[in-house]
Amino acid sequence: MNYRLDFTPVIEGLPDLLLACLGTFGLALGGMALAIVIGVGGVILRDSRIAPLRWLVKGFVELVRNTPFLVQIFFIYFALPLAGVRLDPTPTAILALGINGGAYAIEIIRGGVQSIGKGQIEAGLALGLHRGQVFRLIVLKPALRAIFPSLTSQFVLLTLTTSVCSAISAYELTSVAQRIESESFRSFEVFGTITLFYLVISWVMMRFFSAISQRYFSYPVK
Amino acid sequence: MGEAEFLFLLTGLKWTVLLSLVGFAGGGICGLAVALMRSSGIAPLERGTAGYIALFQGTPLLMQLFVVYYGLALVGLKLDAWVAVAIGFTLHASAYLGEIWRGSIEAVPRGQTEAAKALSLHYVARMKDVILPQAIRISLPATIGFLVQLIKGTSLAAIVGFTELTRAGNIVSNQTFKPLLVFGVVGILYFLLCWPLSLYGAHLERRMAVAAR
Repeated sequence: MNYRLDFTPVIEGLPDLLLACLGTFGLALGGMALAIVIGVGGVILRDSRIAPLRWLVKGFVELVRNTPFLVQIFFIYFALPLAGVRLDPTPTAILALGINGGAYAIEIIRGGVQSIGKGQIEAGLALGLHRGQVFRLIVLKPALRAIFPSLTSQFVLLTLTTSVCSAISAYELTSVAQRIESESFRSFEVFGTITLFYLVISWVMMRFFSAISQRYFSYPVK
Repeated sequence: MGEAEFLFLLTGLKWTVLLSLVGFAGGGICGLAVALMRSSGIAPLERGTAGYIALFQGTPLLMQLFVVYYGLALVGLKLDAWVAVAIGFTLHASAYLGEIWRGSIEAVPRGQTEAAKALSLHYVARMKDVILPQAIRISLPATIGFLVQLIKGTSLAAIVGFTELTRAGNIVSNQTFKPLLVFGVVGILYFLLCWPLSLYGAHLERRMAVAAR
């Protein structure tokens, strides 16, 4: 076929697209923050003494992990107004991303906490460390070290998932690209370009996380 | 939401299952090739497949579907939405399964390869009869985990315009004005599809953890 690639609409829309990358970052950061809060809270409730709370967290994790994000975001989008909450699409998207990421975070953080043996804590106390020191030096750092790789790769996945938020027209890269595409019909050029944007975004995130990991979580070499 | 609407959702469910199966089968075949190339020890093949995997793991599935969908039209292939989407999922699955299976192939102890070589088994026999049977066992939990991810991922075909379960839900919700009920039912249908698989995967993982102790 005699189709000529024409990137003019992409070049003209470049400022909009670059700005929309910030929207994607915003969604991702908001989602990650909420996911951490839900993750930590969920782990505490998951191991609480009250059985119904444990079941609730367990059910939440299973439900979220076994249904598609697109269905979740639609459900939340339509459920909020019925619950009397008026939210714009973008905060709704952050909420959905946080809930989705939170369910995965609960499982990951829980694995990290369980990886710390009881004997370690007892040994720390026996050496005369304060409870605070035991928590900081013996529980927290090794637990963070253990969960860091899976938690951050989950975060990269969450960032890529933000593109699905275009379905409720939240402000981010994909929805802006869809607008440019619907005005110019240069579908392949527009989506091909922002695919590269996403590739750069996820690459930068992975480099950033691995730099943190090397700086703070590598074992000291004597 | 009446009986007719529910039946329409079930038709959507059928397409979700079919799309997942096609994506998984196609992705399985191509993914095996990717895994074998990725662990072949031939530098250009390893680098090429590493790039292929990084490309698919570093971009959103939605973009992959868009690019394949419009890209195929661009090269002059007039394809059904169904075929284009199936190709998209096949490529996506081949990258992820390729990476999972590369890990399992490399997790098989080196001594197995050395013993097979000492018995003068050539590459095909070594892989088919010695390495892969063990690698498949190791990879099973992760493979099932990815299958669940793929089933959930097929919901994105709705955005491209293919009428599977989620899009069927969209259509019904626009007709009945009961989005909560409809998406609740859609969610439950996905859950019924994915949860048994997740449980089975977790069960296998526990069993292997016990066996490894």
